[in-house]
Amino acid sequence: MSIVEINNLTVQYPDVKALDDISFVVNPGDFLGIIGPNGAGKSTLFDSMLRLNTKYKGTIKFFGQDIRRSKDYLKEIGYVPQKPIFEKNFPVTVSDVVRMGLRNESDENKIDEILQQLWIHELRNRRIGELSGGQQQRVFIAKALVNNPKILILDEPVTGIDQQSIELFYSILRELNSKQKITIIWSSHDLDAVNQLANHVACLNKTLFFHGESEKFFSNDELVKQYSEASMQEHMHHH
Amino acid sequence: MSFEILTYGFMHRALISGIAIAILCSVVGLFLVLRRYSLFGDAIAHSSFGGIALGLLAGVYPLWTAYGVSIISALIITKIKDKYNISGDASIAVLLSSGIAAGLVIIGFSGGFTIDIFSFLFGSILLVSVDDTVLILSLTGAILIVFLLLYRQILYSTFNEEQAKVSGIAVEKINYLIVFMAGITVVTSIQLVGVLLISALFVIPNVTAIMYGRGFKQTAIISMGFSVFSVVAGILISYIFDITPAGTIVLLSISLLAGTMVIKSAGLLSKN
Repeated sequence: MSIVEINNLTVQYPDVKALDDISFVVNPGDFLGIIGPNGAGKSTLFDSMLRLNTKYKGTIKFFGQDIRRSKDYLKEIGYVPQKPIFEKNFPVTVSDVVRMGLRNESDENKIDEILQQLWIHELRNRRIGELSGGQQQRVFIAKALVNNPKILILDEPVTGIDQQSIELFYSILRELNSKQKITIIWSSHDLDAVNQLANHVACLNKTLFFHGESEKFFSNDELVKQYSEASMQEHMHHH
Repeated sequence: MSFEILTYGFMHRALISGIAIAILCSVVGLFLVLRRYSLFGDAIAHSSFGGIALGLLAGVYPLWTAYGVSIISALIITKIKDKYNISGDASIAVLLSSGIAAGLVIIGFSGGFTIDIFSFLFGSILLVSVDDTVLILSLTGAILIVFLLLYRQILYSTFNEEQAKVSGIAVEKINYLIVFMAGITVVTSIQLVGVLLISALFVIPNVTAIMYGRGFKQTAIISMGFSVFSVVAGILISYIFDITPAGTIVLLSISLLAGTMVIKSAGLLSKN
């Protein structure tokens, strides 16, 4: 059975169509990189998949169940947002943040386990606001992973993070997918990274231009060129 | 004389109620402060003024009408805020002024009240009855139990609403629950510091504790400590020197905050 099945997903905002008739399937073990320029509808797609946006046409199924019918599927998802927004002085430690994600409080030792796995165990009693962007990102991944999710969804999570942290982050993702068999859905601007990590690629720009194995995408020079340019403009735009 | 005051029944009731209210306000207030909703307590308190006036006019025990009016108006304003996308501070301003306005009009209708209204404006902790004390203790217990049971959900939706939603927490329900419990807390606390100084109990110990604490539980415990200290010392000092308890309590908690700021700027506390 597929893990995610999206059929004819269309999202119409008052003045603009954000997603136009998107259909694709994610299978167990897939590492799907979703690429596309700013405003391509990546966040709208994630919002719809996570029930943050419910005004859409078409169907979204997780584990064969329409997500309009039950939110139980959310238990199987770990979500890492683009830039988690919180008060800098919010009085929570790293362990506190990971504990928020923990559904079953008797699994307290799971927190230490996951912090060790992500190399942030020594930070566990530090306040979240004191950490660097890369460290915070790993804390949020730890929070997303603490319930042993089947799927990890990440929204462009390397924005504003130093190169060393990004590389560590990529190696963590690779290991989660290959060793722990977690299905990953990841939106990114970084084509090289998508090429290295993902085994499937979806090119989104309101409609779905391409969806398939990443080898097929990266051997199609015309598609790659088109998206490299789009993401380059994006990059300039960010700076 | 200093120990003699501890033998009076009214002083026992005042201290027991005061400690309960101090703990309650510090817990509820911590979440309001972290949600950037610091003045919400003030707004509910002002709307309760309308409720108190209504009770005095109708000849009902004013705190009962205050509970009704405060909780209902707090829930309505939250609904309006969400539906019409009004900012938090503006909705607080609306709630705050409408309560006072309604109270003033009701007082006008009745031809003006006597001394009664002042005890609600400025508190009357030394006058709490045995019934009041029992009510304060039970409401405090009930609200603290709800917070303990829903601790993770309340903290998570305060920290980041969107992520809490994605993890399956019913964030809207939690938000209304917090508003509801804040309504009960404010009216319960009116007897201690009165309508005008409520938000001091909600905000000041928490702002102080956030400067010390690292983790959430540690911060909450420090805040409760400061809050209880200010209330107990405030009640005793005000009685000994025959000054107003409400003002003394609030000034004590402000001096704890000021002291903390001095310690912090001297570099004795880690910067957060």
